[in-house]
Amino acid sequence: MSVRRVKRLVGTVLSTAALLAGLSAFPATASGQQPPEPPEGFVAAGDLPAKEELPAAPFVIGAYAVAWVLVFGYLWSIWQRLGRVERELADVSRRVEAGGRR
Amino acid sequence: MNNVARSVGSAADKRMKKLFAPAAVVVAAMFAYGLVLIADAPTESTMGLVQKIFYFHVPSWFAMFAAAFTCGIASLFVLIRGRKSADRVALAAAELAVVFGLIGLITGPLWGRKAWGVYWQWDAKLTSALVMWLIFVAYLLLRRYGGAGSEKLSAVVAIFGMANVPFVYWSVNLWRTVHPLTSVVPTLPPVMRGTFWWCVVMFIGLYVLLLAARVRLEKRRAELDALFLAIED
Repeated sequence: MSVRRVKRLVGTVLSTAALLAGLSAFPATASGQQPPEPPEGFVAAGDLPAKEELPAAPFVIGAYAVAWVLVFGYLWSIWQRLGRVERELADVSRRVEAGGRR
Repeated sequence: MNNVARSVGSAADKRMKKLFAPAAVVVAAMFAYGLVLIADAPTESTMGLVQKIFYFHVPSWFAMFAAAFTCGIASLFVLIRGRKSADRVALAAAELAVVFGLIGLITGPLWGRKAWGVYWQWDAKLTSALVMWLIFVAYLLLRRYGGAGSEKLSAVVAIFGMANVPFVYWSVNLWRTVHPLTSVVPTLPPVMRGTFWWCVVMFIGLYVLLLAARVRLEKRRAELDALFLAIED
């Protein structure tokens, strides 16, 4: 076996070993990116991330909006009904007066 | 016939019309200032911002209770004396009981979702409040579709609804539920208590105003019916 062949063989072995070492190191790096294990037992509310807590503002705004919509909606409905009755009353009164004159 | 026609726009009507506008301005101003008071009221330590729903939720139930009592007492007059005017008040108050009850039934679960983690619990307080609201819905359905003579039967339903009010109010003290006790209000800090009572007064003011408008509608309808009858005669 020539010296050149020995050198090529050693080079191949070393590069294969380096490649294997690199591949074996990869899962370790990948596992470092995974989320941490969920904690066992109870967690104090103060330690929760902000996204875990329900925001209060939508509930408060929603509650006040519902109250206003219902009150104004009801007021509007009374207004409409009263307007209709007043128109009918005026119409019938006109007819009654016209009939009385005849 | 002409007498009936002339009764349209009586003195009482004119007086009510004159009083209605200033009263509406007062109530609107109370609501505007009420919102300032609510914004300035301190945030509760455990519930945080969501506790501010309290200032509309509880007063809306107070207005609902007032409407239920008005409807029940007017219905007693309908049954005992057969008064038409009392029947008009009862019908108007029943409609308002449903409106204010609906505000309470929607704002409560929104508060509960944040404070308790759920919108609804079938406990004594919430269930009895829902049943009371349904009684007044039943009253309105009976008036709408019950036909002639339904006012007597619906008057009995209204009295039953009124009898429910103390039960709904005290249920939270009789059975331990997730709902706060009635003793919460006296223990409030003065700033929060002042804001709360202001809101109660403004909701009762709104209730009186809407009741007056709704009774007027019923009165005008009665006048229209009388006018039609006079034409037929």
